[in-house]
Amino acid sequence: MISSHLPALQVVLPLISAPVCVLIRKGLVAWMFAVAVSWITFVIALALLVHVVANGPLSYAMGGWAAPYGIVYRIDLLTAFVLIIVAGMGALVTTSAFRVAPGDMSRDHQNFFFGIFLLVLTGLLGITVTGDAFNLYVFLEISSLASYALVALGRDRRALMAAFQYLIMGTIGATFILAGIGLLYAVTGTLNMEDLAQRLQQVDDSRAVKAAFAFIVVGASLKLALFPLHAWLPNAYTHAPALVSAFLAATATKVGVYVLVRFIYTVFGGVFSFETMSLGPILMVFGLCAALVSSLVAIFQENVKRMFAYSSVAQIGYMVLGLSFASHTGLTAAIVHIFNHAAMKGALFLALACAVYRLGSVELSELRGLGRRMPITFACIVIAGLSLIGVPLTGGFVSKWYLVSAALEQDLWLVAAAVLVSSLFAVVYVWRVVEVAYFQSPPDGKGARCEAPASLVIPTVALAVACIYFGIDTEPTVGVARAAANELLASIP
Amino acid sequence: MGLALITPLVGAFLIWICRVDADLRESMSVLAAIVLILLVCSLFPTVASGGRPHLQILEILPGLSLAFELEPLGMLFAAVASILWLVTTIYAIGYMRGHAEKNQTRFYICFAVSLASTIGIAFSGNMFTLFVFYEALTIATYPLVTHAGGEAAKRAGRVYLGILLGTSILFQLLAILWTWGIAGHLDFVPGGILRDQAPPMVIAILFALYVFGVGKAALMPFHRWLPAAMVAPTPVSALLHAVAVVKAGVFTILKISLYIFGIDLLADLGVSQWITYVAAITILVASLVAMTKDNLKARLAYSTISQLSYVVLGATLANSFAVVGGALHVAMHAVAKITLFFCAGAILVASHKTEVSQMQGLGRAMPFTMTAFLIGSLSVIGLPPFGGIWSKWYLALGTLAAGERLVLAALVISSLLNVAYLLPIPIRAFFAPPPGDSKTTEIREAPLACMIAITVTAFACLALFFYPQPLYQLLSPVVNLDGAA
Amino acid sequence: MTTLGVFNYWVAVVLTMIGLYLVMASDNLVKKLVGLNIFQTAVFLIYITIGKVEGGTAPILKEGFDVYSNPLPHVLILTAIVVAVATTSVGLALVTRIKEEYGSVEEAEMRKQDEE
Repeated sequence: MISSHLPALQVVLPLISAPVCVLIRKGLVAWMFAVAVSWITFVIALALLVHVVANGPLSYAMGGWAAPYGIVYRIDLLTAFVLIIVAGMGALVTTSAFRVAPGDMSRDHQNFFFGIFLLVLTGLLGITVTGDAFNLYVFLEISSLASYALVALGRDRRALMAAFQYLIMGTIGATFILAGIGLLYAVTGTLNMEDLAQRLQQVDDSRAVKAAFAFIVVGASLKLALFPLHAWLPNAYTHAPALVSAFLAATATKVGVYVLVRFIYTVFGGVFSFETMSLGPILMVFGLCAALVSSLVAIFQENVKRMFAYSSVAQIGYMVLGLSFASHTGLTAAIVHIFNHAAMKGALFLALACAVYRLGSVELSELRGLGRRMPITFACIVIAGLSLIGVPLTGGFVSKWYLVSAALEQDLWLVAAAVLVSSLFAVVYVWRVVEVAYFQSPPDGKGARCEAPASLVIPTVALAVACIYFGIDTEPTVGVARAAANELLASIP
Repeated sequence: MGLALITPLVGAFLIWICRVDADLRESMSVLAAIVLILLVCSLFPTVASGGRPHLQILEILPGLSLAFELEPLGMLFAAVASILWLVTTIYAIGYMRGHAEKNQTRFYICFAVSLASTIGIAFSGNMFTLFVFYEALTIATYPLVTHAGGEAAKRAGRVYLGILLGTSILFQLLAILWTWGIAGHLDFVPGGILRDQAPPMVIAILFALYVFGVGKAALMPFHRWLPAAMVAPTPVSALLHAVAVVKAGVFTILKISLYIFGIDLLADLGVSQWITYVAAITILVASLVAMTKDNLKARLAYSTISQLSYVVLGATLANSFAVVGGALHVAMHAVAKITLFFCAGAILVASHKTEVSQMQGLGRAMPFTMTAFLIGSLSVIGLPPFGGIWSKWYLALGTLAAGERLVLAALVISSLLNVAYLLPIPIRAFFAPPPGDSKTTEIREAPLACMIAITVTAFACLALFFYPQPLYQLLSPVVNLDGAA
Repeated sequence: MTTLGVFNYWVAVVLTMIGLYLVMASDNLVKKLVGLNIFQTAVFLIYITIGKVEGGTAPILKEGFDVYSNPLPHVLILTAIVVAVATTSVGLALVTRIKEEYGSVEEAEMRKQDEE
């Protein structure tokens, strides 16, 4: 039965397709192949979600080797939820890569692009599905190495430097995680996450476990670009090709958040993380700083991609803040925001990809008159921007609502107020873009309507619609997020 | 009821379809307005006889649904807004053509969307729905405020959005979340949902958050957006910034006082007292500022700020007279102030004059407009035989019932100030000799469409003096339900 | 814990520090990569040390030996070494491209060129 092997197929399919993609010489065929693969991957993710919702968590012994000796793929609600986000974004972005901006890369090299892209997808999906700590590290490196290459494809030579910086920081982060996993293995003698969780409970107050915890938290924070370890992110997102920024912004950091959640809740357990190590206040301070400082920095950016990159750092701050409350509502807020932020940032960066396609640049001054020249793109920017601000009836509002109620539950008025203040900063930077695009007249001789090709516009619109749809019908997101939060908290004795 | 909500949106769509043909486009706008009035009026008998139509659209989160419930206050507000929409549309046709504005299709569409939001606010059945439409109104009116598109318009747009979104996100949303945390839901329930749920201190903070969070009520120090918004074309200033937007603000405050807190709770705890003083100070200071303004629209804007605080005052005094006074003032002031704005626009179209000091002798060239201006002024001041007196009468009774003599004094002084800043305009126009240059003699009355609108609203001021009973009867259950008086 | 074990950990710590210092302090991109490699190797050393059992042999079943070293860390580190090699090669590829574009692998030099 093929359906019983879905967890393996989820990862293996894009993994095998990646070299195939490279072997296909023709760019167009490679595109069709990659699109087919990514959509099948998405369907598999959907099937897994349906299965998990109906039947509860799913374990899959890779190659028939039973846990704890073999590698286990374990899929619970949170996993399935993140899989949907990653696979969905992957499918949309590959589809939109049908025609890339002239100058971004030539048609002849597109097969390489799709090959690398599928590798990133493999890595991110693998991190999410695996139930084995070391396997997680391997997938982390697969996705990271491939994404360094993707970032380096940017048209500007500064992209190379950004990619190098990303490589250094990413490798340090991954090596930290590796060291942490090694220490855990030394203490418990197992790498299976469920096993680890059980055995760690019997080990009390071991310095090695504490060190491992610190290594893993810092390593994951580097990967998810938690303030102040975010220095690599703005450069990487600014100089990478616009489509790559869209995919990475929507998925890579989210998977980082997933790794953090997985380790602090499932492996170490909430009690150890939040009581013994008192992680809550630490994450709260950094999350708040991220939300406030990065939003503020975003206001002063002249490059719109850089502006939204800083905004991503701020939004990651929200997610981390949600985790820091160590409560059901907070966790729900974080998980819901993983989804909603993926939708809005995906929409924003794809819209910027449309702009790059036609205008060649996303400097604020180049976007003058965008409202007339590319009305659909502009509308998507506005919708996703409103979601970023957290206007009611958009996805962003739902996550903000949970985040603020989580703060209010614990009587943290100042935190709640700070979240709202950072939304105000979001109003300012989003409106800077809107004002320029809407009011200033286009540069001379470029006033004509020039919407990007449909292959780019349709995925952008789809994501913008998702921003609104999931702000109105919250059952799919909030329902799953709440259930996932229940599962995670149930593991705390 | 659902139809009434959708009508303006359908109207907006039809306007967009007919964008090529100006005549067809504008007749669509008028048609939508007429249909809306009919729909709103058809709900009137139900509400007046105590019915509360209810409509739930969807539940976003538990206890957080998009639901509508019509009650007298909302009925009053919806009726005022929809009737004045029709009048303003007619006026706008004359004004926009006379003034040769650009982007008229966008203008009418945004207008219709704003009205949809306003009706949404009026009908909303819980605080969340109200908040949604409150934000929608802010965003829908932004293109209208910045219609001119110039540097000044952009700056004004920034102030407008900054203050309205800022206060609503920072204070109002926080208050809403807090209320949700305390009471578990946000429905509007007569008598309030917070009684015995929280200590007085929390209630006091919440109330302050709400009152200042509703930036549209233009309570000082969050009033700057209103004068800034005056860069908009005059029909926008007239409908939105004398009626829809600002009244949405005070309407929200009334709703919150009545149905979230309950006026008994406010009166018992005395938490609203200091806000009463803020409102009184706003009334006086804004009136004083209005006297210093030479630009006619700026003067009217400050006058609006002052008048809005009358309604806030009504809510915070927390007794039945004051609340009825406040609610009546929503209607009375709307009609009077829109007349004044229409006149200001008519003067602009006909003579291109914006400053009060330029208007000497205009009365001879535009006797009709200036008479209407006089009527509007007298109603704002609160002199018989115009509608404005009733609301002031009940507000004054309210201050006496609450024992706030200082506030009563503020009301009286403010009326005198109204006389001082409004009446000189028509007096100068009629009695001062026109300046010597020849241009004045060529000024004619504004286009016919403008004049129709002005006449209607000026007569409405008069009519409301003689027939306030329907409004009063509509509103009385609101107060009786609260068991006060 | 024997002295040898503790000594190994000390070496790992010192190597980590050296590696990180190189990454942070050197201006030359190739030297940064060298630092990164040292840093990674230090972590590998921790794994290998964990796997060592005093007096144990390679885990091959044969008469006369009943103490074996744990093979799993070795296997893991083989994988990690592959990863490290891949990282280094991607890094070096980037450095080559950078050299082509900027004509230099010194960070300060590149920053100067970008500012121009």
